[in-house]
This record gives sequence, C-alpha cells and structure tokens, in this order.
Amino acid sequence: MEFLQVLITGLGQGCLYGLIALGFVLIYKATEIVNFAQGDLLMLGAFFAVTYIGILDLPYWLGFLLTIISMAVFGYLLDMLVIRSMIGESQLSIIILTISIGFILRAVAGGIWGSDILSLETPYSGEMANIEGLVIGQEYLVVIAGTIVLSVILFLFFKFSSLGIAMQASSQNQLAAYYMGVPVKRVFSLIWAISALVAAVAGTLMAPISLVDPQMGFIGIKAFAAAVIGGFGSLPGALIGGLIIGISEQLAGTYLPTGFQEITAYLIMFLVLTLRPKGLFAQIQQKKV
Amino acid sequence: MSDNILTLRNIETYYGPILAIRGISLDVQKGKIVTILGANGAGKTTILKTISGAMVPQKGKIEFMGRELQKQNPDWVARKGIAHVPEGREVFPLLSVQENLLMGAYVRKDKKKVNEDLEVVYDYFRVLKERSKQKSGLLSGGEQQMLVLGRAMMARPKLMLLDEPSLGLSPLFVQDIFNIIKRLNTVQKMTMLLVEQNANMALQSSAYGYVLENGRIVMEDTCENLMASDDIKEFYMGIKEEGVRGKRRWKKRKTWR
Repeated sequence: MEFLQVLITGLGQGCLYGLIALGFVLIYKATEIVNFAQGDLLMLGAFFAVTYIGILDLPYWLGFLLTIISMAVFGYLLDMLVIRSMIGESQLSIIILTISIGFILRAVAGGIWGSDILSLETPYSGEMANIEGLVIGQEYLVVIAGTIVLSVILFLFFKFSSLGIAMQASSQNQLAAYYMGVPVKRVFSLIWAISALVAAVAGTLMAPISLVDPQMGFIGIKAFAAAVIGGFGSLPGALIGGLIIGISEQLAGTYLPTGFQEITAYLIMFLVLTLRPKGLFAQIQQKKV
Repeated sequence: MSDNILTLRNIETYYGPILAIRGISLDVQKGKIVTILGANGAGKTTILKTISGAMVPQKGKIEFMGRELQKQNPDWVARKGIAHVPEGREVFPLLSVQENLLMGAYVRKDKKKVNEDLEVVYDYFRVLKERSKQKSGLLSGGEQQMLVLGRAMMARPKLMLLDEPSLGLSPLFVQDIFNIIKRLNTVQKMTMLLVEQNANMALQSSAYGYVLENGRIVMEDTCENLMASDDIKEFYMGIKEEGVRGKRRWKKRKTWR
C-alpha cells in the first residue's frame, strides 16, 4: 500500500518535471535554443494563477484559462521582441540571454508579488481521494490528469493540424519550410507561446502542492535533467524522463537514507549519460550525406 | 516581351564578403524551361536563392508577374507562386512522405483540389505512393529527389526553380527525373528555371539557356544553338575535337575570353 502511494505521489511530481521538460524540448527542437528560463516561466505562470484566482477572486477554471492565455501571449512576445534579435548569434550568448531572462523574471516577480510565500486555493485542495484504501491528495491526481489531457491535446495538434505539422517541418528543415511558404519566424514565436503555455499549466497545477514564491522556478534544473534523460529532442522522451525522475525521487525519499532524494535526479542523469549518451529516446535524425 | 514571367535586371548578390553574382540579367518566358549552366561555384545556386528570397541582392531588380521580389522573405515569395526545389534533397526527414507532400500545399486553401493534386503527384511518382506512410528520411536519394519535386508540384506554382535535380543520382534516376521534368512542362505547362551541371541533359530538355561563369553570364542562346556551339561542346559536354597532335591548340580559347 505504502509503495503504491509513493508511486502515485512520484507520478504526480514526475508529471510536473515532464511538463517543464516538454517546454525545454519544444523550444530546443525548433530553434536549437536551450531556454534556461523555462522554470521561471513556470514560476510566472504560478504567480499569474495566484493573482487571478487568489487575489482577484475569479473562479478557478476561469483563472486557469486566463493564466494559460496570458502566458502564451508572454511567450510569444518574449520570442518576438527579445529572442528573435539574437538569431545568428553564437549558441553561448543565447544561453546566457535565457539565463539572464530567468534572473530578470525572478527579480520582477519578487518586486511585484513580494518574496512572501503564497499559496493557491483550489476547489480540490486539501481533499483526499480514497480509492480502495489508497489515500492520495487530490492535487496529485489533478496533476496527473492535467498532464495526460495536455499531452493528448499536444499530440493531436502536432500530428494532425496543419499548423502543427508545419511546426514539425520548420524544426526539421528551416529553409525548406520557408520555401513551402511557412512564415518560420512567426511559427517559432508560436512554439515559444506553446512552451510558455505548457509551463503555465505546470505552474498552476504545481501551485497547490508546493508553495508559490519567486524561487520555485529552480525545479527547472531537475526538469532539465529529465529532458536530458529523455534524449532532448523527443517529446514523449521528455515526459517519460520526468516520470522516471519523479518516481525514483519519491522512492529514494521513502526507502533510502535522507539526502538521497535530492541527488536522485542527477544520479540518473549521470547514469544515462554514461550508458546511453544520446538519452533514452533519442530521435535519430537522418542527416543527408 | 510581355510573356516573360520572371525578369532579373542587373542583380548583384554577395555571398558573405564575396560578390557571387556580378550583374545578371535574365528572362524566363511563360511555359518554357530555361536553364542556367555553369561549373561549381559559378553562382547558379545563388541566383536561385536570390530569386526565392533566401538571399538578398545588393543591387538590381527582380520582377515576377508584375511584382518586385527583391527584399521579400522566402515565405512571401513562395505564397506568390514560386516553388524553389533546393539542391541536396531537402526533405522533412521525420515527416511521412504524404505529410511532406501536403506541406508543399501548405499555403493553399482549396483542400479538395489539394487531394486531387496528391493523386496527380502519386501518378507521376509511383514509388511515393507505395511509401506514402514511411518517414521520408528513410527514402533513397533518388526517391527523396522525387519527393521534393512532387512537393513543389503540390504548391501548384506558376514557376519552379530547380536546383541541380540530378545531383548525386544514378544515371537511370537522372533519366527518370528529366523525363518527369519534360512531362511537367508539356502536360502541366509548368514554367521552370533549371540549374544544372549535367549540361547534356539540361540542354536537351530546355528551350533557352544561359551560361554562367564566375558570377557573369557569358553566353545565352536557344538550347539548339548552344548545343551546336564548340565552346559548349568542349567545356560543358565534354566532346573534344582532337588537335593535330592530340592536344589542344594554345590558340584555341573560349570565345568570351
């Protein structure tokens, strides 16, 4: 029983890692930029949720929707106004740029909302689901359900909508996509928007579990490990990498001496990098000779 | 002439610090195949990239059906009806063959006609139909070349820019590709600007030709006349007239030098 409980908590935590990792991979696949501000986008999303739901007292689902929309717009503008001007610059300067965007977001969030720890009240928080003797916080079940729904929507979008396929095409072969008449720059901004949207969902789902403060974005580091484990280029890989880390972290926390929980993510990343350097689900891109 | 679909006037394009195109003017007439011959580095690809907007000319004017193209983005140019088939088989490797073809029709709104055209393309390229569900990265080189040609057809362009469609293909495939190019021209009345190193094939399938050397056009004529010219025979088609001692006379030079 205890094992199952730990497993489900780990699953919930892993879904959060997976969602952030998804954001990393989305942007990386399309633009070859590693967005180190991904965790801070999550933080910003959580603060938006707290503002809409906690402070403005809007209904939960309306607040959720507004959070998603605001963050998508934020992601779009971030790419259009800041990142796009860096096209053609070296990889390193773009990485430094995203790291500093993270700093700025943290500082700005601290300035607006203060450094006090806020929490988000939800219709389901505090309630326990009792499934055949398993007692699980509903927050975790909502995280898992939310992740499944979002993944299915994203999958359908990328697989079947013409914009989704155009996004795939632009990330596989930018110039050829241009020749097809795809406005590649706008498509990249849209990918940033999706990535920020995913971060917003993760942030809103996470807010009731962990508390909301400007430093909560550092969860992004573990999610980065998840993306690396998954192969940094595969969307399902990112989710599965997140799950692996989430579950093993919880297991380590329960069954291993204290301290192990914190290093599990990096230990697994280390193992994967030594044994299978391309990650578990690396997509082997057929490059032309 | 009024039936010119595309005109270039005094185009100069830099490739990095190098002036790759040094004042080129050329015309493409509606319904014709026009070819540009030239060796490696002569600037053929740069011309096509300049037309499709991937490179920006320093000087000069490009006019396509009454619109100026220079300084436009490649996606804008594509929407106006120019399909660029880049060299080196630029497929979307992780998309299926069918998804690749549908990407060609990305800017089109008439979904019904798109499906009809898909059948037309499959009729031209039987292999693609057999492999329509496969990832295009797994196709052979020749099949990928067919795929990018088919993808360009899906756009129903008014002008196709073909960049070395025969590059790296086996002789049999080269013959196939050129048969299809000719068929496209005669059946679909497709206008094409064809860039090739395989002068023999290019001249046989085209109506008019330009010869490019070091970023300048050194010769232009109908393809019949070009094929009859000694210079083209010797330098581009490899047909050499033996001199008295089996060597080239030093006096013999290209007429444009």
